[in-house]
Amino acid sequence: MKAPVSWIREYVDLPDAVTSDELAATLTMLGLKLEALVTPADAITGPLVVGRVLTIEKEPQKNGKVINWCTVDVADANGTGEPQGIICGAHNFVEGDLVVVCLPGAVLPGNFEISARKTYGHISAGMICSSRELGLGEDHDGIIVLPAEAGRPGDDAFEVLAMNDSIIEFEINPDRAYALSLRGIARETGIGFDVPFRDPADRDVPAANGDGYPVVVDDVAGCPVFVARSVTGFDPAAPTPDWMVTRLTAAGMRPISLGVDITNYVMLELGQPIHGYDRSKLSGAIRVRRATEGEKLTTLDGQKRKLSAEDLLITDDSGPIGIAGTMGGETTELSGSTTDVVIEAAHFDAVSIFRTERRHKLPSEASKRFERGVDPELPAAAADRVVELMVELGGATADPGVTVVGEAPARRTVTAATDLSARVTGMEISAGTAVANLEKVGCQVVVDGDTLTATVPPWRPDMSDPFDLVEEVARIVGYDKVPSVLPPAPSGRGLPVAQKLRRRVGLVLAGAGWTESISYPFVGDSDWANLGLPDDDERRRTIRMANPLNAEEPQLATTLLPGVLRSLGLNVARGNADTSLFETGLVFLPTGEEAAPILGVDRRPTDEEWAAIEKAVPHQPQHLALALTGQRERSGWWGEGRQGSWSDAIGAVRDAAGALGVEVEVTAAALAPWHPGRCAEIRVGETVLGHAGELHPKVCKAYGVPARSAAAEIDLDALLRLAQVVTPSPHFASYPVAKEDVALVVDASVPSADVEAVLREGAGELLESVRLFDVFTGEQVGEGKKSLAFALRFRAPDRTLKEGESGAARDAAVALAAERLGAVQR
Amino acid sequence: MSGPNTDYDPVEVTPLRADEVEAQRDAALAAIAAAADLEALKQVRLEHAGDRSPLALANREIGALPPQARKEAGARVGKARGEVNKALGQRLAVLEAEHEERMLVEETVDVTLPTDRALTGARHPITMMSERIADVFVAMGWEVAEGPQVEAEWLNFDALNMGADHPARTMQDTFWLEPAEAALVLRTHTSPVQARTMLTREPPIYVVCPGRVYRTDEIDATHSPVFHQVEGLVIDEGITMAHLKGSLDHFATAMFGEGITTRFRPSYFPFTEPSAEVDLVCFVCRGVNSDECRTCRGEGWIEWGGCGVVNPRVLIACGVDPEKYTGFAFGMGIDRTLMFRHGVEDLRDVFEGDIRFAQPFGIEI
Repeated sequence: MKAPVSWIREYVDLPDAVTSDELAATLTMLGLKLEALVTPADAITGPLVVGRVLTIEKEPQKNGKVINWCTVDVADANGTGEPQGIICGAHNFVEGDLVVVCLPGAVLPGNFEISARKTYGHISAGMICSSRELGLGEDHDGIIVLPAEAGRPGDDAFEVLAMNDSIIEFEINPDRAYALSLRGIARETGIGFDVPFRDPADRDVPAANGDGYPVVVDDVAGCPVFVARSVTGFDPAAPTPDWMVTRLTAAGMRPISLGVDITNYVMLELGQPIHGYDRSKLSGAIRVRRATEGEKLTTLDGQKRKLSAEDLLITDDSGPIGIAGTMGGETTELSGSTTDVVIEAAHFDAVSIFRTERRHKLPSEASKRFERGVDPELPAAAADRVVELMVELGGATADPGVTVVGEAPARRTVTAATDLSARVTGMEISAGTAVANLEKVGCQVVVDGDTLTATVPPWRPDMSDPFDLVEEVARIVGYDKVPSVLPPAPSGRGLPVAQKLRRRVGLVLAGAGWTESISYPFVGDSDWANLGLPDDDERRRTIRMANPLNAEEPQLATTLLPGVLRSLGLNVARGNADTSLFETGLVFLPTGEEAAPILGVDRRPTDEEWAAIEKAVPHQPQHLALALTGQRERSGWWGEGRQGSWSDAIGAVRDAAGALGVEVEVTAAALAPWHPGRCAEIRVGETVLGHAGELHPKVCKAYGVPARSAAAEIDLDALLRLAQVVTPSPHFASYPVAKEDVALVVDASVPSADVEAVLREGAGELLESVRLFDVFTGEQVGEGKKSLAFALRFRAPDRTLKEGESGAARDAAVALAAERLGAVQR
Repeated sequence: MSGPNTDYDPVEVTPLRADEVEAQRDAALAAIAAAADLEALKQVRLEHAGDRSPLALANREIGALPPQARKEAGARVGKARGEVNKALGQRLAVLEAEHEERMLVEETVDVTLPTDRALTGARHPITMMSERIADVFVAMGWEVAEGPQVEAEWLNFDALNMGADHPARTMQDTFWLEPAEAALVLRTHTSPVQARTMLTREPPIYVVCPGRVYRTDEIDATHSPVFHQVEGLVIDEGITMAHLKGSLDHFATAMFGEGITTRFRPSYFPFTEPSAEVDLVCFVCRGVNSDECRTCRGEGWIEWGGCGVVNPRVLIACGVDPEKYTGFAFGMGIDRTLMFRHGVEDLRDVFEGDIRFAQPFGIEI
């Protein structure tokens, strides 16, 4: 809501000394937040003066354009008194018009310096300005033509255009719809500066009679009040006065025609949306009713709309002529020939308007106010104000008929303890202060012992609960007076274990050279194609958004891989050739039973209701994904670096698990998007945590990353559940170790983990550890074979091993490997 | 080893003659002094102090002397050998010191060579900011709560006093999920965690909930459809707005330093009443000469978040007795906090995944 300060001042006795900044600051602290404060003159350096066009010579140009060579009288403003020669490309003015002239030396918004310069064969000494050039609006259809009485040549145009008047733009919260009007803003100003406020809605209005335009309201709940007034003999050609144009423009509304401008002006002034009908185009009584499903109406914005049975309509014998409180129809709108006007000032149900606005995606100045709540006692005064202005400015005659259907609901009362404000805010607020402040916002207050009963003013539909009264009392006392007191400290239990463990995983990975990224969980079918997921892959079963930002990505991710691989591709494209990324985040797994009940709010849900909510919310485990390309260890003066591979992806998962004291098992698997021969399943016992390995060549191509890039994804929640929270102390002996190395030749297809497991089993209790330290393939070991070299360490817990004991254990291990796996010792 | 030689005249044993012993000693001392390096000294030791050295051989002869002559000869040879060994020791120390000094010079390396064998890793600054915030409250005895991101409409809106026809619903441009009957949304704020907490725990409740939230904003320099909030909730007997102010002032000071406090401005949230916007004293200009401050753009204050006293309607829907308990709640944007605390200029950097964004943050905690 934009409000010129001069307009606010019209209704309050604000001392002249109060600056616009102070006004804005005070209102901000009352809850009308300053969004912007603009003084149009501040953006311009003069001279900017009134000029009278003396002569116009039209000069056609080679390019087909016609320019005007004008002389303009600016009196002594140019220092000579001689007419100023100016080139102007606009054509909306004639000789004798008063215009706004920018003289050489002036600087317009955008640091646009005006100087005398040669153009089109003349010296153009200045510029005749449009609204947009002065930053006054978007209108650039022509230059500003001032009304004849606006001033004299040479006058300061800043004054004439009211450009010294500041315009404050407020951000109005939904509970303060009353402040979507000058009436409301001025009332708050009166409270803020403790100065008298004159209510522009406080006017004598003629009583209802039977002579007004006939109105029938079928839906009283949707339209509790409907006031209709009429004028005749309105001059459709009468111009909108300059002051009104200035105010409407300042408030952000586009002047259209006097009739429409008056309805908008009164809406801004009082907050009551108004609609004017061309009486000659109405047929029969105005009727307010719900639409029938499928009914159609072309609204003022030219859109043909199909109506729903819930839409509240204004109709006449011809059918719908407007969507109530939202937008009028084309057939009865005020036009250039309208002389008789029927004025509608009605009150509509907020919820009904809100639903219609949402259904038709039709926000309007009217609906914005109605959906938040308009003063239901306002229609009669607002309609009367429109009549007054149409008579005064449009030469109309007020029709004596006054139609009033329905009446405003009774004012609401709210009862609260007199000390509630003090108890809730922690401020020292006496009962007297509480009462006084409620009266300032317009309540009538009766105190009875320890309780007060406030009758809430009709423009405050938001005030319904005792705590609503507290906010009103507190904001006038001043939120800056709320003391700062720490609440009593509870005996906390510290960070939850799961959070600590997650931090540990992040720190371990970051310490090992992995960089964390965050991506959006929005995916589409192209991601599944890029990953090469088969049609029946579980990860393709997703939850969809009804209103995705990007129609190509309407699904919620069931895997973090698309995000992390897109990031990997971005890094490669940006020249970060050696990139190791990781990401943690939720994935969204449909249960197929999503149907969350909408429960009541007047009590706690029952256990069954709560269970139904919990069941309906999809499973959302936290995953960990990582992806890498390029070197894991850099080349340098120390020698060759090491290219990252499938093994680093698996290793990182092992490290992350290891940081939580979890030892994972790795087995060969084949799952998209991994290379079928280089994919590992990561398990702990029966629990499959996820997969890791080299990406399928097609996947690398699809994401624009080099071949051999690798990735992993695991269910982090599942890993956390396995975490070892208390590490048992190890037991180790101080007796000497005996070391034995063995090299075994097996079929290339035999997993090394299997060989290791067999060695472990065969070596018996004396075995302390076994570690694979070399893998060798080549002619010496034969086609389809590989040699695995293991280092075995033996130790007894209670004695030094005897000569030959470790050798015997080693031989037993090798024998078992030979028996089970056909291993041959080299 | 030779045996006793009874035919032998001890007096005539040449090597044991005093002049001979002295000559050998002097020769040894001269050779020691002349040894230029450890290798030479090793040779000298062999020649003059080794098993086959003249003095060692002379020493062997002592046993062949008659008992009355042994003492004198022994003393003479022993003294000479002692002097030689001492000289050897001293010379060795000198030569070793020289050697070490020379080696240390020769072994000089270029310590300015790069050492970046390992890749640099980093956690995401949003993660660390979330943790930093959680830690402030955990230190105050609060607990950390979490909730799902796909959330029941009832918890995201209705339970928070935002019924189906509440205008505030349109202020939070919501991602709705299919089918419409599922009544599920991507949570638009972390506030449903409040409701979940109240529904699953008994007061007193002191929780902080950092998390990811969603709104249908196109991404630009200051907006993102995915962003992060932190929610605080306290429910206890006798809780007031003053406790809210105290908690936020403490939070502000912990995050931004001494003297950085908060200001409340009246505002509106359906789930709190009274409601306030929280502004932070600009931690760069501290409200002094704000006109030139790029962080607060001349305001002296930075908009930080929203807060208020928990609306009793919310307490009722979540099963908390509003006659017995009051509470407060607040919410801040973590991304926004990161942006102004660290001078992030474009929110897109936060979500794009370019490793150069996160890396300078390292493993800052």
